[in-house]
Amino acid sequence: MIALLLRDLKLAFRAGGGFGLGLAFFLIVTVLVPFSVGPQSSLLTTIAPGVLWLGALLACLLSLDRLLALDWEDGSLDLLATAPLPLEAVVTIKALAHWLTTGLPLVLAAPFLGVLLNLPVPGFSWLVISLLLGTPAMSVIGTFGAALTVGLKRGGLLLSLLVLPLYVPTLIFGAEVARRGATGMETQTPLLMLAGITAATVALLPFASAAVLRINLR
Amino acid sequence: MTIAAKANSLWEYANPRKFLATSERVLPFFWISAGLCLVIGLTWGFFFTPDDYKQGSTVKIIYLHVPAALMAVNCWLMMLATSLVWLVRRHHVSALAARAAAPIGIVMTLIALATGAIWGQPMWGTWWAWDPRLTSFLILFLFYLGYVALWEAIEDPDTAADLTSVLCLVGSVFAILSRYAVNFWNQGLHQGASVMRAGAVTGTDTEEKVSNIYFYPLLLCIIGFVLLFIALVFYRTGTEIRARRIKALLARERVNG
Repeated sequence: MIALLLRDLKLAFRAGGGFGLGLAFFLIVTVLVPFSVGPQSSLLTTIAPGVLWLGALLACLLSLDRLLALDWEDGSLDLLATAPLPLEAVVTIKALAHWLTTGLPLVLAAPFLGVLLNLPVPGFSWLVISLLLGTPAMSVIGTFGAALTVGLKRGGLLLSLLVLPLYVPTLIFGAEVARRGATGMETQTPLLMLAGITAATVALLPFASAAVLRINLR
Repeated sequence: MTIAAKANSLWEYANPRKFLATSERVLPFFWISAGLCLVIGLTWGFFFTPDDYKQGSTVKIIYLHVPAALMAVNCWLMMLATSLVWLVRRHHVSALAARAAAPIGIVMTLIALATGAIWGQPMWGTWWAWDPRLTSFLILFLFYLGYVALWEAIEDPDTAADLTSVLCLVGSVFAILSRYAVNFWNQGLHQGASVMRAGAVTGTDTEEKVSNIYFYPLLLCIIGFVLLFIALVFYRTGTEIRARRIKALLARERVNG
């Protein structure tokens, strides 16, 4: 399992494009927002948590279609499926690698982008906490979507259509935590809901992803 | 299992030929009764019930809005059930019924959203509000779209049936999650459930409910929509089965020719 994780990480770092692309996309989205809504700092303060969450979500989505497609094309996915490692573990590791290369950098970059959007000071820690809790769910859900569309020629658009509705609960609770944190309200309820969703998806969704992958590899 | 015992089993209809024969026999009944219920219910509702003292004649959109919304949700439940049957027992008719039902669900969701907007404009002063019920219907609409898009995208019918079934199961969980998440996220403008409630029937609760003058034609419309839905699903499933057959015949011809 660790070998697989290291392999995926190495591929993501060395193949180019995969690692930095999500971050660059996140930066560009954040920069474009003031252009589209105007530079008033009060307005930016209000929408900053939501925009940062949405930007992180879209950046996550961007790298999903490469998650399994490359392994599918060169046949290593077939090897992994016949390996002694259960397919559930494979997709979990894939999701973990995706989170380490996409989710975690986004979490670390979010506070700096928060400065650009005039995020209030108490909001920073809550933004990081909520993203830290929410991005694993996004990776796991995304892996499910990638497994669904892996055999398709042009799966990219379909992948977003399938995955985005599944992101709704995570986005609602995650952005709620960040928003409440930024305005100094209590954050416990949405935070617990967010953590619950993440825990449940991480625990259960790999089974669905593996089942779907088996169907696709049939 | 003996043949006599089998004849009473529901699973008998998993045989496409049996399904087609039976559905063709009962379809006229469903079409006619759905048409009757809808014509009578809608005429009664539109022309023979008084205007509401507060809402005026706009209240009458309820006869389309409520049944369509009910069927939009129930259609997904039906797809969930048929998907489960497909995954467990591998009956092709079941998977095709789920496929046949999805576009009907889309239309029902659209009818509910559109009639709601038309009613909301004079009553709430807005076509659209980010109310939990409205929002979750929009999300349901997105789920339907994804489901249909996945069916269309995959060429191999069995793979498509498998994948969409799993998507339907996972999607159901997330749809319910989203329903409660949006409840938490925003307070509602939409009234609560006021047609079918135990307290409302027995008259024990005094909260707002649909009064009896509106209730009976509404009930008729709901029955009409249910019958219409069943008829449409039978009809479309039959079409899907025939399309599958034609494809098989063509493939056989190519092999032989």
